[in-house]
Amino acid sequence: MSGVFLYALLGVGLFVLGLYALIIHAHLLRKILAINVMGTGVFLVLVALAAGNPDAPPDPVPHAMVITGIVVAVSATALALILMLKVSVATGKNHLSDSTRD
Amino acid sequence: MTGDIVGIPWIVVLIVLPLTGGMACFLFPTISKSLGLIFALAIFTAVVGLGWQLVEQGAQRYAIGGWGASLGIDLYADGLSLLMLVTAALVGLGVSVYSGAYFSREKAKHFWPLWLLLWAALNALFLSADIFNLYVTLELLGLAAVALIALADGADALNSAMRYLLVSLLGSLFYLLGVALLYHSFGSLDIAILAQRMEPTPAVWSAVGLMSAGLLLKTALFPMHFWLPAAHACAPAPVSALLSALVVKASFYILLRLWLEVFALTDTSLGQLLGLLGATAVLWGGIQALRQTRLKLLIAYSTVAQLGYLFLAFPLGTNIAWKGACYMLLSHAIAKAAMFMAAGNILRFCGHDRIADLDRIAQRLPLTLTAFALAGVSIMGLPPSGGFIGKWLLLEASMSAGQWWWAVILILGGLLAAAYFFRVIGYAFTRAGLTHEVGVVPARMEWAALVLALAAILLGFISPAALELMGIGTPFGGERAG
Repeated sequence: MSGVFLYALLGVGLFVLGLYALIIHAHLLRKILAINVMGTGVFLVLVALAAGNPDAPPDPVPHAMVITGIVVAVSATALALILMLKVSVATGKNHLSDSTRD
Repeated sequence: MTGDIVGIPWIVVLIVLPLTGGMACFLFPTISKSLGLIFALAIFTAVVGLGWQLVEQGAQRYAIGGWGASLGIDLYADGLSLLMLVTAALVGLGVSVYSGAYFSREKAKHFWPLWLLLWAALNALFLSADIFNLYVTLELLGLAAVALIALADGADALNSAMRYLLVSLLGSLFYLLGVALLYHSFGSLDIAILAQRMEPTPAVWSAVGLMSAGLLLKTALFPMHFWLPAAHACAPAPVSALLSALVVKASFYILLRLWLEVFALTDTSLGQLLGLLGATAVLWGGIQALRQTRLKLLIAYSTVAQLGYLFLAFPLGTNIAWKGACYMLLSHAIAKAAMFMAAGNILRFCGHDRIADLDRIAQRLPLTLTAFALAGVSIMGLPPSGGFIGKWLLLEASMSAGQWWWAVILILGGLLAAAYFFRVIGYAFTRAGLTHEVGVVPARMEWAALVLALAAILLGFISPAALELMGIGTPFGGERAG
């Protein structure tokens, strides 16, 4: 039982680590990676909690959720990467610039 | 005959139709404009069909593939879903007519598939009865919205699209972590089952916090609105209309649904906090809108303020308050879409949207300015518009709950809105220092904005019927929900 919670806590740790990296890094690639680390953290929480009782077989529903989540994450990452390239072509920078006003 | 119409599973049609339309527009880009319009009309008809079905038979539940809840995925439609679907259909039809003339052939090829995909995501979101399905639709919605913003070329648009994507993904991950905790606690994803099994444990509180934080970030409630003005102002006009009218409302809808059904046991302190943030948003958004020099940014800050009103219902938690907030949501969506379209016309006509340099728009684009002014009437909440009804219900709810301070916010917000709109209208009548090139605005774009603005006013006259439709399946509980 404690092993399950260890993995779940590790997942939460990854989530927090990713959040921290997302906030402090300006480089867009690092931000995209940080989002991916956060996502992996959530997936780890889901898979860990699915194991639940060590005697019973694991619950398949969270696994299905993780698979769907991975599909979503892959498409989101692809869109993020192409946008990042477009931003760097248009502005010559690989971070976000804050010029929203005149 | 009526039996046949009522018998069709409109819930499924409403999701499949825009998805098919999106794919058709992607496969046949040369005729995407006409295809898009045909599908928009068909979706509108299907919403009417579902409305009829709800009136005849009450709230509908549909088990996809016949599996049923807990293992399968359920779709559910009641008055609240219908309200959101109608909002999307009205705005969607307006935007579809407008976009037919707005985009060049090259852009239209990308716009139509993305827009119909966005519509499919919206409809699926409003019909989902399952918190994980809501996550998937939320992500679909976010990705389509980001791609639509990026249709406007230029560094500013790409920058704001990128920021929006990061914010959107962050919000969804918070929501998903909350979903994981709720599933672990209660072993179900279905909203109705969760509502029955709900108990206040620390895991549930964490889930409520995580999910609310993620959804508030996506709804751009003050102080998490930082991404909204740039994203909504830089996008092409029809896309701005969609984002302000529908996309931010989608995450609000999820929050509302969870609050009404799953988080029903939470005490009022979280509600008070949301109300306080909403009130700050109303004032802060209004003041920021007053300070803007560009029309589209002004309208975007006005959205920040208007989203604040929706959260004033949370501390009150009564049937009337929820209905008031929902009426605000509907009328704001329609009025704001009309307003962004009018701004798009002005931008096309003048080549810029600097408020101080609007040169006699009133004489030269009378239909557009009328649309802008009528939409403004609803946003300010003057009678007889839909915005007035929403504010009136919220006022009534705050007075009967003895929390008069929310009423003060409602009135101050209205005054601020009047101040920033009259500033724009004032400049529209006067001659500006510098003259500019004049672009051609197709009549279709002017009429689309005007018809939507008129609809926002008309909402004030049909409120009894609309409120009754909203109450199908009692989504807001009895006399005292929450």
